[in-house]
Amino acid sequence: MMTSSTNSVAAASMAVNASRARRSVLNRKLVLTLVAWTIALMMFFPIFWMFLTSFKTEAEAISTPPSLFFTPSIDGYIEIQARADYFKYALNSVVISLGATLLALLIAIPSAYSMAFLPTKRTQTTLLWMLSTKMLPSVGVLLPVYLIFRDLGLLDSRTGLIIIYMLMNLPIVVWMLYTFFKDIPKDILEAGRMDGASTLQEIFHLLLPLTLPGIASTGLLCVILSWNEAFWSLNLTTSNAAPLTAYIASFSSPEGLFWAKLSAASTLAVAPILIFGWMTQKQMVRGLTFGAVK
Amino acid sequence: MSTRASGRTVGGLRTLSLQAPAVGLLLMWMLIPLVMTLWFSFQRYNLLMPSVSGFAGVDNYYYLLTDPSLWTAMGNTLLLVGWVLVATVVGGTLLAVLLQQEFFGRGVARLFVIAPFFIMPTVSALVWKNMMMHPVNGIFAWIASLFGLPAIDWFASLPLTSVIIIVTWQWLPFAVLILLTAIQSLDDDQVEAARMDGAGPLAIFFYITLPHLKRAISVVVMIEMIFLLTIFAEIFVTTSGGPGLATTNLAYLIYIRALLDFDVGGASAGGVIAIILANIVAFFLVRTVAKNLEN
Repeated sequence: MMTSSTNSVAAASMAVNASRARRSVLNRKLVLTLVAWTIALMMFFPIFWMFLTSFKTEAEAISTPPSLFFTPSIDGYIEIQARADYFKYALNSVVISLGATLLALLIAIPSAYSMAFLPTKRTQTTLLWMLSTKMLPSVGVLLPVYLIFRDLGLLDSRTGLIIIYMLMNLPIVVWMLYTFFKDIPKDILEAGRMDGASTLQEIFHLLLPLTLPGIASTGLLCVILSWNEAFWSLNLTTSNAAPLTAYIASFSSPEGLFWAKLSAASTLAVAPILIFGWMTQKQMVRGLTFGAVK
Repeated sequence: MSTRASGRTVGGLRTLSLQAPAVGLLLMWMLIPLVMTLWFSFQRYNLLMPSVSGFAGVDNYYYLLTDPSLWTAMGNTLLLVGWVLVATVVGGTLLAVLLQQEFFGRGVARLFVIAPFFIMPTVSALVWKNMMMHPVNGIFAWIASLFGLPAIDWFASLPLTSVIIIVTWQWLPFAVLILLTAIQSLDDDQVEAARMDGAGPLAIFFYITLPHLKRAISVVVMIEMIFLLTIFAEIFVTTSGGPGLATTNLAYLIYIRALLDFDVGGASAGGVIAIILANIVAFFLVRTVAKNLEN
């Protein structure tokens, strides 16, 4: 009797403990949810607010206290589209970002290949030197580049910006590809060479398929950096080749007070790359870490 | 022996031909503007005064190096880079640890946190300037009024701090993205073993998580440094370097000289100084970080 009752007491207390433990796990999860979501919403708030403001009238946009509930209207979007054709700028952004990315990959792949598989004493130095070229402020070389572009007829042309963005991103692209290629065992390429594959065949039939995820993430980062670049696009284009960064600038100075329209233009300019970034973030982060995270 | 030697020569030739496009283009990209900038920096060349021209000797450098605005700009550059690095690395590490825990809606919360990284610098600067920090109609002013506090005129009274806040908001997601990936590769068994041995959450963070993140933090510092040294759009859109020189960094100072004062000679001298500085930073920083990565 005694033992069985102690047993049942022990069992009951164990059950209580277990349910208490489960409840404390749940509590912990609820607290974490609260804290994490508060921070996440704070980080996202400026973007959310910009999106919301783009559907307000100008009066609602600057009202204090801020209006959270209002009748959404797309007048802002219609007005800015009447002023400047969004699709022309968006097309320029797409062509320039993709063009610069493809060109950079094309030039960087052979270089990264030789650094990874045929390293010399100078390989590290070359890599570091390449990265150091990225630390120069663009303004320092703006005038010479402007003069050269004027003489070559590259001002306000997509080709011109493609070349600049390719050069701008080349160091990072080479470095990222190098870290991916370094992870590929040399033996695999060796085997290909034994079978009589040329360097180009080696690259195209063996190396690229093996490192496709890495190449993809490098390309994705390159597209995002090109899309968001503002300095060169503002200084080297006027209308024909102007991408979305210039589109925004055209609304920012005289329209500073028209927040609804400015928000509509901003939303249009960032929406494609934000959605693109969200869809590809898992893929992209693998490249961003430069093989440092294993 | 001889085959190996010849193999090496062939390898050398292949290295040369494979690297030639990238190295050649970057050399051109660096050298041609550099030589032209160097040339201009020794000339009297002001677009507003075409009659004044000729060799200036080191006059441009003399004016620049004795001009207090250069030192102010250098100080601002260091403050901007330093504070943003500290804020993003510390904040990014804490956020990465937080977002790694299990909670409801984790996937979507992560997407929200990393979103600012994809926003154009010009757009984020405009949104912050007009909708967040505006002294009359901004959200911050409204929040302050809820507590009966006076609104802060951010860009007038705390200009550099405001720029630092905006840039931090843009780069914090980048740090989170990298560090979160790094944390995910942390060995769960190791953490569990430490917990069994009675290690508290703080001890686990400082003795296991942080050392594990060392390489990833190096990557964050190196990449951010490359971009932060040449911050331009955020300053251009929000404060135009002002009030006075309060938010003028080196890149912006050169821009003022070149495009607002039309002083090509002076701007070029500034460019040369910036290039030298960039190389000094690159030499020390990149080398240290790269070594960290190799180990």
